Amino acid sequence: MLLIECPWCGPRAESEYRCGGESPIVRPADPAATDDAAWADYLFYRDNVKGLSFERWHHRFGCGLWFNIARDTVSHRILAIYGITDPRPVLGPGA
Amino acid sequence: MSGYRLERSGDIDRSRPINFRWEGRSYTGFAGDTLASALLASGVRMIGRSFKYHRPRGLIAAGLDEPNFIVQLERGAGTTPNLKAPYVELYDGLDAAPVNAWPSLRFDLLAANSIFKRFIPAAFYYKTFMWPTWRLFEPLIRKAAGLGASPKLPDPDCYEQTSAHIDVLIVGGGIAGLAAAQHAAMSGKSVMLVTGGRHWGGRLAGTSDSVEGKPAAVWIKDMLRTFTAMPNVTLMTRTLATGHFDHGMVSLCERLTDHMPIHERSGPRQRFWRVRADALILATGAIERPLVFRGNDRPGIMLAGAARAYLHRHAVVAGREIVVATTNDSAWYAAFDLAEAGATIVAIIDTRPSPSPALVERAEALGIMVHASMAPTEAIGRQTVRAVRIGCVSSAGRIHGATQTLPCDLLLMSGGWNPAVHLHSQGAGRLKFDPGLSSFIPEAESSGHRIIGGAAGDFARYSTLAAAPEQAVTRRPGPPQAALWSISESDVPDAEAWVDFQNDVTAGDIALAARENFRSVEHLKRYTTLGMASDQGKTSNVNGIGILSTLLAKSIEAIGTTKFRPPYDPIPFGLLAGHRIGDGLRPRRQLALHDWHVGRNASFEEYGGWMRPAAYLRPGESEADAVRREVLAVRTEVGIFEASPLGKIEVKGPDAAAFLDLMYVNRISTLKPGRCRYAIMLSENGTVFDDGVVTRLTDDHFLVGTTSGHAAIITEAFREWLQCEWTTMRVLVEDVTTCWAVANVVGPQTRSVLDTLASDIDFSADAFAHMTAQRGYIGGIPARVARVSFTGELSYEIAVPWRCAGALWETLIAAGSSHGIVPFGVEALMTLRIEKGFLHIGADTDGTTLPQDIGLGAIMAKKTQDFVGRRSAHRPDGLRGDRRSFVGLEATDGNAAPLAIGAHILPAGTTQPQPGEGWVTSSTWSPTLGAPLALAMIERGEKRIGENVRVWDLGAWREARITRACRYDPQGTRLDV
Amino acid sequence: MTRYSAWSLVRAGFAGQRTWGPAWRDATPRKRYQAIIIGGGGHGLATAYYLASRHGIRDIAVLERGWIGGGNTGRNTTVIRSNYFYPESSRFYDFSLTLYEGLSRELNYNIMFSQRGMWSFAHDRHGVEMLRRSVNAMRLNGVDAEYHEADEVQRRIPGLNPSPRFPILAGLLQPRGGTARHDAVAWGYARAADSLGVDIIQNCDVTGFDIRGGRIVGVQTTQGDIAAECVGMAVAGHSSVMAERAGFRLPIISYALQAFVSEPLKPVFDTVVLAPSTGTYLSQSDKGELVIGSGLDLFPSYAQRGSLPVLEHTAAGLIDLFPQFSRVRLLRQWAGIVDVVADSTPILGESPVKGLYLNCGWGTGGFKAIPGGGFCLAHHMATGEAHPLAAAFSLDRFRTGALIDEAAASGIAH
Repeated sequence: MLLIECPWCGPRAESEYRCGGESPIVRPADPAATDDAAWADYLFYRDNVKGLSFERWHHRFGCGLWFNIARDTVSHRILAIYGITDPRPVLGPGA
Repeated sequence: MSGYRLERSGDIDRSRPINFRWEGRSYTGFAGDTLASALLASGVRMIGRSFKYHRPRGLIAAGLDEPNFIVQLERGAGTTPNLKAPYVELYDGLDAAPVNAWPSLRFDLLAANSIFKRFIPAAFYYKTFMWPTWRLFEPLIRKAAGLGASPKLPDPDCYEQTSAHIDVLIVGGGIAGLAAAQHAAMSGKSVMLVTGGRHWGGRLAGTSDSVEGKPAAVWIKDMLRTFTAMPNVTLMTRTLATGHFDHGMVSLCERLTDHMPIHERSGPRQRFWRVRADALILATGAIERPLVFRGNDRPGIMLAGAARAYLHRHAVVAGREIVVATTNDSAWYAAFDLAEAGATIVAIIDTRPSPSPALVERAEALGIMVHASMAPTEAIGRQTVRAVRIGCVSSAGRIHGATQTLPCDLLLMSGGWNPAVHLHSQGAGRLKFDPGLSSFIPEAESSGHRIIGGAAGDFARYSTLAAAPEQAVTRRPGPPQAALWSISESDVPDAEAWVDFQNDVTAGDIALAARENFRSVEHLKRYTTLGMASDQGKTSNVNGIGILSTLLAKSIEAIGTTKFRPPYDPIPFGLLAGHRIGDGLRPRRQLALHDWHVGRNASFEEYGGWMRPAAYLRPGESEADAVRREVLAVRTEVGIFEASPLGKIEVKGPDAAAFLDLMYVNRISTLKPGRCRYAIMLSENGTVFDDGVVTRLTDDHFLVGTTSGHAAIITEAFREWLQCEWTTMRVLVEDVTTCWAVANVVGPQTRSVLDTLASDIDFSADAFAHMTAQRGYIGGIPARVARVSFTGELSYEIAVPWRCAGALWETLIAAGSSHGIVPFGVEALMTLRIEKGFLHIGADTDGTTLPQDIGLGAIMAKKTQDFVGRRSAHRPDGLRGDRRSFVGLEATDGNAAPLAIGAHILPAGTTQPQPGEGWVTSSTWSPTLGAPLALAMIERGEKRIGENVRVWDLGAWREARITRACRYDPQGTRLDV
Repeated sequence: MTRYSAWSLVRAGFAGQRTWGPAWRDATPRKRYQAIIIGGGGHGLATAYYLASRHGIRDIAVLERGWIGGGNTGRNTTVIRSNYFYPESSRFYDFSLTLYEGLSRELNYNIMFSQRGMWSFAHDRHGVEMLRRSVNAMRLNGVDAEYHEADEVQRRIPGLNPSPRFPILAGLLQPRGGTARHDAVAWGYARAADSLGVDIIQNCDVTGFDIRGGRIVGVQTTQGDIAAECVGMAVAGHSSVMAERAGFRLPIISYALQAFVSEPLKPVFDTVVLAPSTGTYLSQSDKGELVIGSGLDLFPSYAQRGSLPVLEHTAAGLIDLFPQFSRVRLLRQWAGIVDVVADSTPILGESPVKGLYLNCGWGTGGFKAIPGGGFCLAHHMATGEAHPLAAAFSLDRFRTGALIDEAAASGIAH
């Protein structure tokens, strides 16, 4: 059971949240002009990193806020929490 | 009969005898006994049969490491299989039986397996039973396997779950845990100290060993007394830490009533704790290893530490003539204590060439013979040990030279101690092999918790006490102990020397696995089942790894351990389910007027999480009768339907219209205030996701209608788009579904009913056009009214604050009574919409349906802007000409029964079953048209109107013709009123 | 290699079971192979076996990072079934099931395939309709399936809760469905492949790929570089990790699938059940343990650890179906890492790198597909053409939109 620090509500149990997957996923600006392969890349293809992963979470049973998390997908350690429009933090080695 | 009870000492109450039953016979123990200690005191030796060979087995341990003494406790609904007897506290009337013997322990028929043992080694089943088929042999194997029996009836008990957030959680109530708790408590922190059993003090409970200059029993009592004055300390006995999960969460199982006589129990049986602590200290102690030698599984052979525990906790001496065999010092103290309690210690056999002179001196003072450099080579006896053969062994465990036989009725053994690193390892802590201890110890720096005492491989009392307050200590290496993994005559491990007692894995089986290349420790475990029994290998894993390491001439560290999996000891599924039983599993949502529907004899069903009337049954009516009556009432007069679960989402803000244009296939921004539009929403993958009516309340304020089950999901989806993608749009989204109850009044007489209401709303055709909405008051209740129709009849949806639902409903029923207003249920509504060919998302569509499949191609083409899902709907697969499309279907075979929903469509002329070209998605008897009607998704369906097809359902054929979806009032004239 | 039989066991018994040789050799990698399979799980070993036995290619190495069968092959809940909705899935999985039916004898290794039937339930009207649609689809695709009303379901599954929170209104029974001993499938394929000359190399991690002109020519491993004409990749759970080493991404997200067993019990449950209401599925192993599975942890993960939320939910689902199991105790919980794709359908066939073939995307259902997945990958590697049964499973479907969305179509969790 992860313990996740909502920037608005503070530390809450995993069961209050929903993980929205990798972040950011940028929607092509002009979908009609995007070819099938690039559209598939946006819809389905992911880095799916083993290790440091940047992803967005939603405080579903709480304030309703979406925010970003840097998390290790093996240890599940959370290394950073940042706003949904903030850039990915630079995490040093050993972070 | 050899175990017996002392006249005094022990933590038992001799004034409170407890009667209990074991294997159908009556016995007596004392308050404070466990089932194991009471039977041991009664002289019972054979207490079980092994899993595979059904060999007679005796008690070997005093805790959860016990592999042999597995019992079925009680009978009937409250029976529990597979409990470990040393952990079953005695209560009056307790009734226990062995689990793996038939007809009885002494005369067990499957003991015959023992005779064939040489032919059925580990994993033999992979090599045989293939001809003619496994199915022929499997029932016999299954019958022989398994331990206890499952209850046959629902659990009469309930379970509780709770959470705790504290500063310090300390697991383990031995001296390390007590000392750590005292230290943490003095700093004022909140402390929770838990121990799995009933005793405090761990292995030192009841002993006279010196702790900080006091006898252990006194030290423990003093410590507990200190805690009673500290409100920040919570002490919990009978509370086992079972798992250590991500981010430091620890699960506890607290046994609340299991120790009480059944008639005195009340409340939850057990409580599940989820604990988060700022600091976690593991003081879980260590588990003793058996010695692996020929016949080491005979009843009457016990772990030395267990015999000592029974002596001190329960005043039970486990035997009269005792031989002690060991690789380390700890068993010597067991021998001394037993000797001092009056037992005869025949000899102490130590594998080390020169045990500490102090020990030898004390043994001699007690008149105990000492044999150094020797080990037991074979236990003699069948249903109980009668003697032990001992001989010289090399450091690798090879027997050499002459042996001698010592008669005994109890053989105590100690092969060393394994720190109980389970919780450490589950919490991602790493392990390293300690050659001095010959066991795996935790790497302290590898984890976020602390681990102290025996669990850290620290068996010295003084350093444990120093470690508790986190003082810098250098652990003094314990007296050297010999690593001795198995004893055998040759280099081939003995096939009659047991490693995993419960799963009947011998040293020979490990050799077999190694020979067959199952050399990874995980392969060894899976191939032989070593360590997979209900004790999870507490006594067997390290011995097994040691034997493998010797066979492969590879270091133990290189071999490593298998993973430690939660729980530490099995816990009931009921405990994990907690309150999630029956309706607690998922609460049923009730309509605003639930009681009214009950009063009208509604038959309720769960639709999209809501309990809704399927139909209102009048006396003598079947559901089909009721649906027919309700449909006709709506078509000819007037009906009323509670539509409260309809999803209602308010969307407001300067960019609300632009936002909704992105969310819907249909254009929303062109909608004028006060008007409604039916609209379809897609997933970003292009599939049809939801539909509903969107109402523009004011320029920047919309009310979005969704299907009943989808309101929450769509609200979330809207917010996700707004927060994560279109972050600059100024739009607020609020799900108001359960703020507004909805009554839907439908039918040609609707207006006559509504006109009689005291309302400021003009319901006339001119003032209130189809697909418009108004606000006003009905009988003083604020209402939002929309003229929309899912039935093809004149229809008003009246939404009022949920709390006003009853008043509105009574008003409407009263107003409608003179027009014969009829309440109708979901099934009538379904029939009405099927007659009209209206799509029901999720029934007529599935997760593969694209908008062009349901006739929205033209709308998409007309809309110029992008919207969610648009691009995906135009991938090559979406442009295929042979996609399935949404059509109607009429039976042409004269059979009045509706086509089965889920039946498949095949081309006319097909005679053999073969993959079809579509399926029936909705179907009903239409009372309006007097014919069965259906809707379907069929390949190129919209281009095949009028074509005959065959319909196949569970082997039966029907004949049908493809039609347009709408079969009733296609021009919509009935709405034009 | 000694042939396994009751007779050979008896003979070995008189020799103290000391006459058995290794079930497979631990090979030292050579410099070059015709074909390399990355991943010594069920799919990888089956691929090697079918390449050798069906296509006569013997110059093969299977490279396994850890120990064979140690990934999802050894962590799943052992269910084998082919109750799929779309013809593409239905035919493929039924072919796999058919291979399973003859596998013990083909491999001379008892994988204990126990066809005790597989049930799936419907809990409401809509569920009943979808279930019926699935039964019809299966039967029209030539797969055995039976539709049973509530009373019959209760009669056939003794002990099933007559009034659960989620009522059981109908059941789909696939009589040929069942369970098998998962480890034995890996070991059986390994032993048979080894006897045909395949080199099985454990503790050999593939760290990189040699790609020239868009074509694979070899792999770099922790045991040295190895050249190969073609490479198959069957590392479900870690597919994205391996793909990244080859320079491309996949439409896959890795999740931890939770699984559990109870303590061993005397026979009490003689079939396999799936309840879509809670996602709980249940069988009883030959050893007597209840084997229970359910959901994924809700976030991407490569941790093969047990977690609490899914366990609690599943325990509740189990008790809703069988209230008498409330007092039965959980023995062990763990997780396997599964490749989740958008349409719950595998990816089999070509990758963006020529000569590198994919076998991945199995979601939670890879075990039942082992023979079929290995067979089709072997066909593709040997002939350069997709096997007709796997043609629809190409990676290209994510571009064209020709997804085969089983979860969406059938209402059965996959």
